[in-house]
Amino acid sequence: MASLRCFLRSGKKAVTAVLRREFHGTPPAAVQVTVRDALNQAMDEELERDERVFLLGEEVAQYDGAYKVSRGLWKKYGDKRIIDTPITEMGFAGIAVGAAMAGLRPICEFMTFNFSMQAIDQVINSAAKTYYMSAGLQSVPIVFRGPNGASAGVAAQHSQCFAAWYGHCPGLKVVSPWSAEDARGLLKSAIRDDNPVVFLENELMYGVPFEMSEEVQSKDFLIPIGKAKIERQGTHITLVSHSRMVSLCLDAAAVLAKEGIECEVINMRTIRPLDAEAIETSIMKTNHLVTVEGGWPQFGIGAEILARIMEGPAFNYLDSPAVRVTGVDIPMPYAKILEDNSVPQIKDIIFSIKKTLNV
Amino acid sequence: LFFILFIVVVSARTYADFTPQASFDIKKCDVHKLEEGPPLQAVLTREEGLQYYRTMQTIRRMELKADQLYKQKIIRGFCHLYDGQEACAVGIEAGINLSDHLITAYRAHGYTLTRGGTVREIMAELTGRRGGIAKGKGGSMHMYTKHFYGGNGIVGAQVPLGAGVALACKYLGKNELCVCLYGDGAANQGQIFETYNMASLWKLPCIFICENNKYGMGTSVERAAASTDYYKRGDFIPGLRVDGMDVLCVREATKLAAEHCRSGKGPILMELQTYRYHGHSMSDPGISYRTRDEIQEVRSKSDPISMLKDRMLSNNMASVEELKEIDVEVRKEIEDAAQFATTDPEPPLDDLCNHIFYNDPPMEVRGTNPWTKLKSIS
Repeated sequence: MASLRCFLRSGKKAVTAVLRREFHGTPPAAVQVTVRDALNQAMDEELERDERVFLLGEEVAQYDGAYKVSRGLWKKYGDKRIIDTPITEMGFAGIAVGAAMAGLRPICEFMTFNFSMQAIDQVINSAAKTYYMSAGLQSVPIVFRGPNGASAGVAAQHSQCFAAWYGHCPGLKVVSPWSAEDARGLLKSAIRDDNPVVFLENELMYGVPFEMSEEVQSKDFLIPIGKAKIERQGTHITLVSHSRMVSLCLDAAAVLAKEGIECEVINMRTIRPLDAEAIETSIMKTNHLVTVEGGWPQFGIGAEILARIMEGPAFNYLDSPAVRVTGVDIPMPYAKILEDNSVPQIKDIIFSIKKTLNV
Repeated sequence: LFFILFIVVVSARTYADFTPQASFDIKKCDVHKLEEGPPLQAVLTREEGLQYYRTMQTIRRMELKADQLYKQKIIRGFCHLYDGQEACAVGIEAGINLSDHLITAYRAHGYTLTRGGTVREIMAELTGRRGGIAKGKGGSMHMYTKHFYGGNGIVGAQVPLGAGVALACKYLGKNELCVCLYGDGAANQGQIFETYNMASLWKLPCIFICENNKYGMGTSVERAAASTDYYKRGDFIPGLRVDGMDVLCVREATKLAAEHCRSGKGPILMELQTYRYHGHSMSDPGISYRTRDEIQEVRSKSDPISMLKDRMLSNNMASVEELKEIDVEVRKEIEDAAQFATTDPEPPLDDLCNHIFYNDPPMEVRGTNPWTKLKSIS
């Protein structure tokens, strides 16, 4: 009878729940959700919740999104709320910022963040700085979102990571989700935030499924911007990462656990404001730090984290110098063997951990 | 005896003697993809005339005072003055409502005034004091009021922003429009053409206005643009070329443009032919790329304030004394504002890190060194 009630309540979710009951007998209706679907659901719910929210970008409407992240939204909400733009980033990003200034809450999609460079003036000079320049008269509640960083085989002009570039600028919040739960909770927070938020997704993560608890599925589930999450507890070393590299850190940790090395894996979730406290607390426990990122090393995310640790209370707890694992300092090549060796691999993380631990 | 008679005649005149309104011929506007331009005659009432005169004079004197303060090094950094172009700001405002929206570039002091700012807070912003319209944190190029989005420093960036404001107007269905200004220098920017395209595709209620003052910094229009017919550069967007030195011409053109937008026909473009007496900014004397004669000629033949004054006087719409009275009042207002702007204290250091985010809890901001932690509140 319980399963019948479930079935009447909601379609697919309930079927999964029923199946689970039969096989596992566990009550909570957790589901497997891909990052793509999590983003889609988050946008759908926020569009429904607030009439002022709308989405614009290339192919977001009738094509269902270049990466299908906005699938079904145009059909549901129509031309007014889901707007296909011409291929004119500077123009439509500026239009999005102007709309935010005048009272709407736009989600501006860049097909990839590489194209955001064409519009970066609007993101920085028109969006990020305006609240300050106007001394609080003019706010800009906008979200810039899209895939960031390396993909697969898309070569140099389509593979850059912009976390460090946007993370550099005051007036912006910069967020980099890893899991489906991150994607959902952070996108909702970003849309509800009254400030410009740069939301860095990852194309290679879109199709990855994650378990999502019932609590996370609720319509008001929000993840606060500016708070990191410990994905795996450990005692020997702290690994700090964001986006796809969190997966590699967890994989490296699993391998090392067999050798008796327990890694604490921190998922940054937010680039700016950076949760230095979470990292410091962890280092005070493990005494070692390795940061892992997909972007280039110079002036990057790892560089900032290391500088902060040097300047803060955790420095005295380090037993060896903190190091960074990063993408190779070159434009991204095309050939698979070259591309594979341009970004951190699990073996690179393991190598750096062992060097740091001197084992 | 003759003297006494004269006094009697003068004092016998009352305001009831003045012409309440008159009709004036205005220059025909060249049109592009428009059936017809604005009417060739404009009606001006006495009240309107006095108000336009006062506002234009206020802008004029305010800008000249800013020139003075800049030379005394009390204003620093960038200062782009609007004297000569007053008819544009005043004429545009006369053709729209305060509930409409407006955005411009950095030559923005005049618009800050017409959009509701006071001379006091504008001048105090120029001198970087806490009583400034942006609490001293924005400066000359970053002044904001209700429905006025600045004051923008990046040439051309304000144009997509303005179209975005227009999109919001259409989205929210309030029958408002956005006036989106740029100069002849900005008119060649790619993002402006991107904006023309989207505004036209989506029929945004946007009046694009090119203030053509013949020079983009030190570069004359002939040296910058393959086509100097700025009113045609919108291509598929209807356009009109307007005498920007005549406040009535600007007003009538703006009314036509506003009507076009509000009827849902989409964007429209106006080129205002105008002139700036000052150089590009206070760092530019403005005579290396144009002759003093040219400047003098415009001043003597086309000054917007003189034009309005002559019209009103020759039609008995006001008296010389009355206008002089307004001049005196304006001068006093400017003096008081300058006094305030030079004596008001600078913003407190506590304010340094405020206004980073809106509606956020207080946060910490790194100072110049790791031991300095500053406080930021919304």
